[in-house]
Amino acid sequence: MSSHAHSHENDWKIYLGVLLALLTLTVITVGASRIDFGSLNVIIAVVIATVKASLVALFFMHLRHDKAINSLIFLSSLMFLSFLLILCLIDVGSRIEPKPANWKGPDKGLMSPRDLDKPATPAGTAPGMAPAPATEAPKPAAPAH
Amino acid sequence: MATTTTPVVHKGHEAPKDYLNDQPGIWSWMTTVDHKRIGVMYLWSVLGAFLLGGLFALALRLELLTPKEDFMNAETYNKVFTLHGAIMVFLFIIPAVPAALGNFVLPLMLGAKDVAFPRLNLASYYIYVTGAIMAVAAMVTGGVDTGWTFYTPYSTTTTGAVTLMALSVFVLGFSSIFTGINFVATVHKLRAPGMGWFDLPLFVWGIYATAIIQVLATPVIGITTVLLVMERVFQVGIFDARLGGDPVLFQHFFWFYSHPAVYIMILPGMAIISELIPTHSKKHIFGYRAIAFSSIAIALISFIVWGHHMFTSGQSQLAAAIFSFLTFLVAIPSGVKVFNWVATMYRGSIALNTPMLYALSFLLLFTIGGLTGIFLGALSVDIHLHDTYFIVAHFHYVMMGGTVIAFIGGLFHWWPKIYGRMYNERWGQISAWLVFWGFNVTFFSQFFMGSQGMPRRYFSYLDQFQPWHVASTVGSWILALGLFVAAGTLLASLRKPKDAPANPWGSKTMEWETQSPPIAHNFEHTPVLTHGPYDYSPEPVGRRR
Amino acid sequence: MSDTTLTATHHDATHAHGHGHHHADGHDPNLQHHFTEMAQQFDAAKIGMWLFLATEILLFGGLFVGFGMQQAKFPEAFKAAHHHLDWQLGALNTVVLLVSSFTMVIAVWASMTGRRKTLITNLILTLACAGTFLVVKYFEYSHKIHDGLLPGKFYSYAHGQPNEYIFFSFYFMMTGLHGIHVVLGMVAIGWILVRALKGDFGPGYYTPVDLVGLYWHLVDLIWIYLFPLLYLIS
Repeated sequence: MSSHAHSHENDWKIYLGVLLALLTLTVITVGASRIDFGSLNVIIAVVIATVKASLVALFFMHLRHDKAINSLIFLSSLMFLSFLLILCLIDVGSRIEPKPANWKGPDKGLMSPRDLDKPATPAGTAPGMAPAPATEAPKPAAPAH
Repeated sequence: MATTTTPVVHKGHEAPKDYLNDQPGIWSWMTTVDHKRIGVMYLWSVLGAFLLGGLFALALRLELLTPKEDFMNAETYNKVFTLHGAIMVFLFIIPAVPAALGNFVLPLMLGAKDVAFPRLNLASYYIYVTGAIMAVAAMVTGGVDTGWTFYTPYSTTTTGAVTLMALSVFVLGFSSIFTGINFVATVHKLRAPGMGWFDLPLFVWGIYATAIIQVLATPVIGITTVLLVMERVFQVGIFDARLGGDPVLFQHFFWFYSHPAVYIMILPGMAIISELIPTHSKKHIFGYRAIAFSSIAIALISFIVWGHHMFTSGQSQLAAAIFSFLTFLVAIPSGVKVFNWVATMYRGSIALNTPMLYALSFLLLFTIGGLTGIFLGALSVDIHLHDTYFIVAHFHYVMMGGTVIAFIGGLFHWWPKIYGRMYNERWGQISAWLVFWGFNVTFFSQFFMGSQGMPRRYFSYLDQFQPWHVASTVGSWILALGLFVAAGTLLASLRKPKDAPANPWGSKTMEWETQSPPIAHNFEHTPVLTHGPYDYSPEPVGRRR
Repeated sequence: MSDTTLTATHHDATHAHGHGHHHADGHDPNLQHHFTEMAQQFDAAKIGMWLFLATEILLFGGLFVGFGMQQAKFPEAFKAAHHHLDWQLGALNTVVLLVSSFTMVIAVWASMTGRRKTLITNLILTLACAGTFLVVKYFEYSHKIHDGLLPGKFYSYAHGQPNEYIFFSFYFMMTGLHGIHVVLGMVAIGWILVRALKGDFGPGYYTPVDLVGLYWHLVDLIWIYLFPLLYLIS
């Protein structure tokens, strides 16, 4: 019991070391963002962020010395979040969207939502047709699912 | 089968103190941190929600007696089915078993004095009440006509109290999350001495698996409702295609929670059945570990099948195929449970009492509901059946034929423990028969009309469907009668003195080792585990299971 | 209603064995009635807090997923939009939060090792860092408001590309939700500070400090991801 207290006396040194590592990684993050890795940009940024996050979780949040259940809870939340992300990306990434015969190219998009005509929609009726239907969206589904 | 706890025996004439009467007055209830009192408060609240949602359902079925407008116009009809769904899902069925029965029974089954975080438990109840008030406010300040699923872009553009209802769902989500947090921590840290994971009653496994889902899935509906409100009020550009958003993305977000949510609904129902069947068959559960692990498997797999609600919505065919495949997986652990329950009954000493009648109803009705879910998981079949009454019948079979019937069975089973009274057994059985037949007439007819093309959420229909609708409506009256008989039977018992024995069913789980109703701190002395939860054999069969 | 005391299994857990002041019957006054040991209560509290953090991860995670989906859809617009963000202020805020995480863990360590003054000092430093973060964000937001770079229908910036407003919708939603959590964290830290000043914490009982610390680290964790994704992707 009291022996536990002694083993923590020098922990502050570890925390200081972790802080320095985190600050260094922040510098690296900023530096890496100046270089264009193309499509890897996001991945590299996320990987560095994950290293920082791991340091915070393992050391500042004590997961390294804590009971396994707490790490399991933390990692589970990340795992299930990744399911949401991955399956959404699979969906959007694999949609086949045939274009109509009079296709003129993708819609430019709005500068601001204020530029959208908002038809008044009385209760119980479907919204009116938008003046410039966004063509990035998939084909409209059957109403009122 | 010895136990180290004995019910309190008081000398003298005054009634023994129990959690109901040891601290009198409404203020002591409103500030209680006793899990039993909180469970009871939840119980009456969810039953009130059930009544309200049920009245809406009866109104819908009444309107559907004829294809023309009878007493509701189309706009009103849309609001009524939306509110029926939203109330039943968010105010009744998600909280009912965990927060009402779970709160009451879980610590007792563990031999604990309370849940891990009693004050959080009370907070969870008040958050529920807040969300309920907000939902009722949404009903009376314009109503909501989007369906309980709030699909965009209709929900972001229609008039009505969508924002308020969405925010009420956000609030109710926190109630569910806090209950889940409490139960996970309780099962981990508050088991009686000697009670390992495989000494737990299967009700605990089921509630634990439910709690995992509550914690991990509910935050996503939280952010979804926030994003819905943001889109509706500020046009941020995430779900509305005109703003560069994707309406299917809303459905991904919505169903990422709402599919696991249906397992929040059914797992506790299954958990109840895992107690009713061994107890009322006086037989050891068949396949304890299979049932325990299947609860966890259902909880985990439930997170990766949500796209089967979106086969016709515009997601990619690849995504649809992946979700269809995964959906077939999730049926396997459910099937394991059904087989094990039936095997439990084999050569048991079956008492056909009220709880058991409800449990048997569950077995048949949940099986039908689950099987039809498999039909719907097949992509090509679902293209035909999506948004028809087949879907409506499917989910009512699992949610009502499954969870609600298990819930009622659980109420009859634990009522003596909660209130210390035995109800009238004959009327209980009558209620079970009325509910069973009323339910089947109401909803089996809907499978037929759905497969013939009757769309859901339509307030008017082709004449060919009218006979089915009439049958369904008549069924709803029988069902309603059965539910009122059940409620009346339980309520009538409250007029009797508290004469229930500690263990009227001869059950082996720990909640029956204390008096009925329990004393405020549950057990006189910390219970020590001396037998397994299903040791109904005349002699102990080797190692405790 | 005496608790049959169990043989105290000596956990390897982070020590919360009560050796502070006791009641006459030997119970630590911080031991709640439904627990039998301080270590058990501490472990339960930790599990509870980690479960809550899991819900926060999923809550914010939804916003990250939405951001990711829209960025994949409008990469040019998002790239153009993020140039309006001052990466130096973002980096400053990152450093501020990392330092605040450090001072927070030092505060927890101090309560664990009986260093009351260190605990109080570092709680105050953490609050100062949090306040600095909010001040920087105030300047950032003011600048955006001035330029009309506002969320949703309030967006009135006339130049730039179409669909850039979607980036700003997410920028404000994500940093706004994060900012709300910073404020709530400051309230929690303030409450811990008040209790620390009253001498409530010591090696025998420091659970609330530890739990608030965990929450604060999560606030930092979220920013660790927000900063590169919002400020730096190019």
